[in-house]
This record gives sequence, C-alpha cells and structure tokens, in this order.
Amino acid sequence: MAVLIAASSVAILTTVGIVLSLIFESIQFFRQIPFTDFVFGLHWSPQTAIREDQVGASGAFGAIPLLAGTLLISAIALCVSGPVGLMAAIYLGEYASRRFRATVKPILEALAGIPTVVYGFFAAIVVAPLLRNSGEAIGLEVSSESALAAGLVMGIMTIPFVSSISDDAITAVPESLKEAALGLGSTRSEAIRNVILPAALPGIAGGLLLAASRVIGETMIVVMAAGLAAKLTLNPFEAVTTVTVQIVTLLTGDQEFDSPKTLAAFALGLMLFVVTLALNVTALRIVKAYREQYD
Amino acid sequence: MTEISETQSRVAARLARRHAGEKRFKLLSLGAVWVGLVFLGVLLFTVIGSGHTAFLQTKILLNVTLEETDLGEAGEGGQAQAIAGANYNGVIKRTLRAVFPEARSRSDKRALYRLVSVGAAYEIREAMMEHENPVGTPVAVWVTASDDVDLIIKGTVPRTAPADQRHLSDQQMNWIESLEKTETVKARFNTTFFTSGDSREPELAGVLGGAMGSLYAILVCLAISFPLGVMSAVYLECFAPKNRLTEFIEVNINNLAAVPSIVFGLLGLAIFLNAFMLPRSAPLVGGMVLSLLTLPTIIIAGRAAIKSVPPSVREAALALGASPVQAVFHHVLPLAMPGILTGTIIGTAGALGETAPLLMIGMVAFIVDVPTSVVDPSTVLPVQIFLWSDIPEKAFVERTSAAILVLLSFVCLLNLFAVYLRKRFETRW
Amino acid sequence: MTFDSVEHMVTEATDLEHSARIGATMAGEPNQTGEIPGGPAKMASRNLQVRYGDKQALYDVSLDIPVNEVTAFIGPSGCGKSTYLRCLNRMNDNIDICHVDGSVTLDGREIYAKDQDVVQLRTRIGMVFQKPNPFPKSIFDNVAYGPRIHGIARDREELNGIVLGSLERAGLLDEVRDRLDAPGIGLSGGQQQRLCIARAIAVRPEVILMDEPCSALDPIATERIEELIMELKAQYTIIMVTHSMQQARRVSDKTAFFHLGHLVEHGATSEVFENPQDDRTKDYVTGRIG
Repeated sequence: MAVLIAASSVAILTTVGIVLSLIFESIQFFRQIPFTDFVFGLHWSPQTAIREDQVGASGAFGAIPLLAGTLLISAIALCVSGPVGLMAAIYLGEYASRRFRATVKPILEALAGIPTVVYGFFAAIVVAPLLRNSGEAIGLEVSSESALAAGLVMGIMTIPFVSSISDDAITAVPESLKEAALGLGSTRSEAIRNVILPAALPGIAGGLLLAASRVIGETMIVVMAAGLAAKLTLNPFEAVTTVTVQIVTLLTGDQEFDSPKTLAAFALGLMLFVVTLALNVTALRIVKAYREQYD
Repeated sequence: MTEISETQSRVAARLARRHAGEKRFKLLSLGAVWVGLVFLGVLLFTVIGSGHTAFLQTKILLNVTLEETDLGEAGEGGQAQAIAGANYNGVIKRTLRAVFPEARSRSDKRALYRLVSVGAAYEIREAMMEHENPVGTPVAVWVTASDDVDLIIKGTVPRTAPADQRHLSDQQMNWIESLEKTETVKARFNTTFFTSGDSREPELAGVLGGAMGSLYAILVCLAISFPLGVMSAVYLECFAPKNRLTEFIEVNINNLAAVPSIVFGLLGLAIFLNAFMLPRSAPLVGGMVLSLLTLPTIIIAGRAAIKSVPPSVREAALALGASPVQAVFHHVLPLAMPGILTGTIIGTAGALGETAPLLMIGMVAFIVDVPTSVVDPSTVLPVQIFLWSDIPEKAFVERTSAAILVLLSFVCLLNLFAVYLRKRFETRW
Repeated sequence: MTFDSVEHMVTEATDLEHSARIGATMAGEPNQTGEIPGGPAKMASRNLQVRYGDKQALYDVSLDIPVNEVTAFIGPSGCGKSTYLRCLNRMNDNIDICHVDGSVTLDGREIYAKDQDVVQLRTRIGMVFQKPNPFPKSIFDNVAYGPRIHGIARDREELNGIVLGSLERAGLLDEVRDRLDAPGIGLSGGQQQRLCIARAIAVRPEVILMDEPCSALDPIATERIEELIMELKAQYTIIMVTHSMQQARRVSDKTAFFHLGHLVEHGATSEVFENPQDDRTKDYVTGRIG
C-alpha cells in the first residue's frame, strides 16, 4: 500500500520538480537581468560578453517581442482550428451518416497522432515556399519563415482536438432542446445556430482555451518554420519568433550552464508554464461550471 | 382563419431562403471535414513522393585487384592484418583510372574520384577482408556512388539541370553514361539507410542510430512510467480516501497532462543533467524525461479502465474472503489490463514522436555511432529528422522524408495495435 | 382547404372490408379502426406502420382526429402512443432507423408526400413535450423564437403583440409581464410548461400535440394546464398522450386506446371508459393491466 501511495506521489513530485527547477534557475537569471527589463523589455537580443573585459554585455532580454510572436502565431492557428474544428464536429455529429462518421472520424484523429516534427518539416518545405510564391505572384511580400505558414500548420494539427471537444460540448446539450427547436419548425442549421451552439458555448470556449494552451506550448513546428527574428509586428506575412523557439535556441548551443543565456531559457520556461497553467485552469473551470448547469 | 392563412403565406415566403441557407451550412461543414482530409492526403503524398527514392541507393560495380604493393604491415595478425591495413584509397583511385584512362590531368582525376562516395574505400576493404585470397585476383565490389551521382541516376535531379544544381560536369556525365551502358551503375535497395548511423555524407547516412536511440529511450520510459502509472491508477481509483490530498494529486495529474512538453525538457536539464549529473544525450535521461510525459496519460487511461470494471467483480472477490489488495490485483486489474495497455501504447506512440524535450537534454549532437546501451550518447529518430531537415543538400531532403516515413510507420503500427487490442478485448459489461 | 371526409374515405377505400367498415361508420357506431362517424377530421391516418430497425412499433393504425376537440391517447408503457404522436408532425424523421409506412393527412393532404415541406408542416402542427424544455434564453425570446425564424412578424411591434398574445392565451402573461427578459429556465415547472405552450402557439398552429404534458408537474400545476387545454380547444385541435386515465376522463372528448402497437379502441371518452367494447380496453380502464 505504501508503494502505491509513493507511486501516486510521483505526479506531485514532478510538478514540484518542474516548479522548483524553473523558479530556482529563473531567480539566478533575475539576479543578472532585472525582472522589469525582462517582462516589459521591447528588445530581445541575447548576446553575452564573450570575454570578461568586454565593456557591458550587449545583450537585451526583453520578452515582449517573443510574447507578441507567440500570440500572433497562436491567433492564426486558432482562427484555423476553431471554425474548422467546430464545423467538422457539427457535420460529423449532425449531418453525416453512421458509416461516414465511422470512417472519417478515425482519419481525422490520425492528424492528432502525427509527430510535430513531421508537421514542422511539411511547414518548412511545402507550406512556407507555397505562401511565399503565391505572395510574390500577387505582389505581396511574404517572408520564407512567415508567421502564417507556422500558424496554418499548427491550426490544422489542432483540428481534431477542437473537433473532439466541440463534439463533447454539443452532445452534452440535452436532446430535448433540439427537439423543441425542430418541433417549432427550425431547419437543422437553425436549430444548431440558434439553440445548440449558444447552449454549448461554454464547453466550446473551454475547448478553445485548451487548444490555445497547446498551441502556445508547441515547439517543433515553429522551430522549423518560424524564424529567429524577434520582431514586434501584427503582420502575418513577416517572420517572428516565439517563446519556445527561443528556449530551444538558447539551450542548443555551447555555453556554460550558468550563463544568462541558459538561465533566460528557464525564465522563459517559467513564463510558458504559468501561462499554459492559467489557460488550462480557466478552461477546466468553465467546462466544469457548464457541465453542472446541465446535470 | 385569415390570421392563419396570413401567417402561412409569410412562412411560405421565407422557406426557399431558409432551405438555401440550410444547404450552404451543410456544405460548409462538410468542407471543414474535407480541409482536414485533404491536408492529411497532401502531407502523406508529399512525404512519400519525396522520400521513396531514398530507399534506393546508386552503386557502381568495380573490379578491384589488390596488389602486393598495396598491403600494409603484416605484424602479429599476419596476412589478415596486412589486408586490413592496405592502402585502399590508392586501390580505388587506381581502379577508377583503369576504367577511365582518359582522365590525365589532376583536376580530371579529382573529378573521377568524386564519382564514388568517400566510404567506397571502406566498402572495398570489407569485401577484401571477407574474401579468401584476394591478393592478385580481381574481386567484384559494388561500391556506393557519391550523392550527386545517386541523385542523377534516380532522376531526382534532371540530367539537363544547370551545373549549380547538378554539381556534375559534362565530363562526369559522360563517364556516368558509359557506366550505364556497361550496366556497372545501378540503383539498388538502400540497406545502408537501415544499417548505419548518421553521417556527413548523405549516401552513407542511416536511421539505425536514431532508431536504436528511440528504442532504448522508450524502453526506459516504459520501465519507469508503466509500473508507476498503473500503481498510481490503482491507488487513486481503488484505495485513495476522498480527501484534499487525493484531490490535489488528481489536479496535479490533469495539469501535467497539459503542460507543454518542452517544460519537461527543462526539468530534465536542470535536475537529471545538472543535479544528478547523468550523462548528457543518453537514452537513459531521454527515457526518464519521456516517462514523466507519458505518466499522466497512463494514469488517466488506467483509471478509466479500472473504473469500467463493474464493482460486482471486486465485491464478489471480497465476499469470498480476498483482502482488498488481493481483490484488486488478482481480479480487477487483469480485467482492466486491455484498457490500460491500450492507453499505454497510445502514450508510447506519442512519446516516440516527441522532439522538443529531448533537444533540451542534449540529444541534438551529431553522433555517428549506433548506441549499444542506455548510457551511450545517441539521438532519437524525431531529432534525427529535425537535424537532417536543416541540411539543404538535396540528398538529405529525400532521406529526411524517408526517415519520416519510418517514424510514421512505427507510430501508425503502434496505434493500429492499440485499436486491435481494444477491439479484441473489449467487453461490454 | 376544407375537405369532405366522407367523400375522402370513399375514394380511399379499395377493398370490401374497408367499405364494410365505412358502412358501419355511416351507421354511427364506435369502431375499432378509429374512423369517425360524420364530422370533419382535422388529421387522419390510414394503415400507419412504424418500424424501428427490425422492431415493429405500430401495426396498421387508422384513426381520425376531429377538429377543435381534445383527443387523448392512452395505453400502457411502450404501446406506441408516443410513437404515433410523433408521426403526426414527422418528428420521427430525425431518427435514422425509423421507417414509416401508410398515410397521414392534415386537412386531407398527405403530410408524408414528397413535396410536403416539413418545416412548414411544423408551423401548422405544434408540439409540447413531456419535460418542459424552454430554451436557455429570456421568456420573451423563447416565445419569439418561432415567429422570428419563420419571419411571421413584420416589425418589432407586431412581434411584441404575438408574444404577449401567446403568453396571454397560455395563461402566463399576468405572472411574467414585468420580467419578460428574465431567463425562461428560472420559472417553476408549471410555468415553464405554460411557457412552452405559449412558444408553440406563437406560430399560430392549427393542431397542438402534447406528449404527457403534465407528467413532470405537481398536481396544482397539472390542474392549471388541464384548464388551459380545455380553453385552447376552442381554437386548436389538441392531441394529448397521457398515462393518467383520470386525466383523459377529465380533459378529453375522444379517447384512443393503444396496446402493444395496435389501436384497440377509439371513441367518445365516456363510451370508452364506461362501455369498453374490447376486453383489453376493459382490462386497462379497470386497472387490471397497466
């Protein structure tokens, strides 16, 4: 029995381990770089003095451009996976024949099982050049590492996730409401749009928040398809960088563990952890409150 | 009556528009389904299209004669050692010059030698060492061609391509064509891809290093997460009292399931590498990080499987005198096992594809040797793909796609196996 | 729009038995196939069969529903009365495995005809369900839902009039007049059901189907709804499924008794209860089977 309890506490230990290691290293980081500079700084350019006698580190560790890049790409991804995932769930749940649903649903689930490195490869080799060439054809300046390429592919990767959660939310709406709407002479789309979707909205919103959390924490697709340029922009055709890309870049080089560059990665990791945790907790709270409404 | 007929006429007036809206909505939602399907199709088509050629490797047939003057020092190993230490670089250059004697000038000769891979010398050495009496007798050896020749023969690069894409001069093209006429250059099944580790030369590069690294890491991962996961699931579902601590554990597990995988990598870096001083880039550490990632999945799947076993099973065992622990481990757990295994396999498939956390613990180095234990430095298959994808050489592009195909097959097989398990052992209570 | 039902029956008759039954009908006696002596039938079914996959739910039901009367369907659980009710406004269309054969007419016109628009049909036949199911919207929006999607009201003023009028006719207006924006699900059970009735009559149907409308309500709320039904029949044709025989006796003019998917007996309520012709009916109304 004690063994069982010990096994169960590994989960707590892991969380504690994550939180402690992130906080510990981040504190080391904030000893060298002021907290306000990091959180409010608009300039990200992590160089450190190579020789001790170099006058002043020329590095800047302002995280705002990273946040902006992350948000831009995540927003694009959600704009794809939100509507597409929801509409796919509606078709499969409401209009599709049983055979269609039984065949197609597993295929769409397969999208969720593909390793993200494959998506990243596809984004870099196919989607990004395609967007750049199409952009050129119509006179638009599209970077070869555009936020749009990474965002699109991330969106498609999250479609099964959003679809599955939306399906759950829609199914949770009592059948009697749908019957009432149909009994009054609604068409199926009217019943869905006017009655079912508004009723399922909290569940769907929770699902979108969870998808946002996924997308913000995603690494490989952005590492392979998005850039390293820390820019503050809303233009999806430009190259931006994200928090996760910078964590990878900062840590896959040859430097001392204690250097500000390495420690910055932990500070970024802490930020990432806090944000995704907040999103997850909010999402679960919304879904829970919504489920209680119908039980 | 007139009220009704007025209502009806207004209803009728709108009907056509509403039905048209219904049709549009239905088509739009079907379109959404198709977006996902088409993307999947295009992805597979692209990967297969660009990767299938990597399963072929061009080889050149050479008749090599080892001369006495090529042999190295005899020493203690006698003839065998002499053969092993022979000057194969010289041998291969001589052999090539014999095939194309017109190469006179230094630059011509260099161009000639570039038709074969740098590994060709080792391949000849292997062949000579296996031969019974190679000195003086011509031995036929299929050596690996260089990657530029390989791309031309397979047709990936068109023969009429400009020099900067083809990387071969017209003279070299002529030589290749004459080799084709004598059928001494052929594209054969690329065993190197499956039997070697990484290499700077694409024609010598293979996925075995990454695959073995993945295998070791997954084994470590399962060895840790499966017992811990099952025990946690059993405890939480069968024995845990409903108090704050249990709730806290449950909340933790649900949160961990949603933490980005890169954070687990940071944990591995800070604690496993730095605090515990474990070897960097080892499958052991990779496996430990992956186990933390898969643990929540196994626990959640395990709990669901245990929950689906009807309480009557446990009650019957208790009624017959079994202790609570016996009742669970001898009766409930075996019935829940198919569900637990299914969840574990799905979790493993996910762990197999993980890249970011393993980058954090250092599995990003260029490693040629295939690992033979869990502490040898190695890489894993998805990281190998990541590393190769950065290399612009065309020959590496096709190999990246081929490696993706290998990874996808493993992931697909695991998932299909999980589905099979679920169908086979699914009991409706 | 009106149709002479006798002429209709004669043109529909194809076999001798059918004609014989018609002859008996003309003589004015209650019968087992539910065809009405004289009087216009608002809705009628002939040889209606309903099958869920392999399971037969209704066998050959032929029944007339008179206009501006309350017709009650009674019978033990699973006898097919709700299934039959749902055929009348084609709610069974939504169920994949449900197959409907036979004819159902509204004012003589076949509702299962290929050119019959289901959406339009349901503006003429409304439905109230067993458990009150107001939308999670305001009271006003609940009642306004139907008129809005069908485009019945020309402007806001007209919509207001329809909503208030429906609430009034459903006997709810006085209780909610000052809180029309409050959520519909905040009302009591009985009020919610009256809201659902108001919602149904807002589209000005001619027939209202009620599937055990009081079974989820307390006795006082039930009484109010029963009073309402008796008021409404002046304007609407009401068909009510009920598992309470007392309710059927209190409220309805005609009663149809279903048993194991068959329509066993049909006639004036007093006749069915006091003078049942079939043994099965006798057993049910005396409480021997339930």
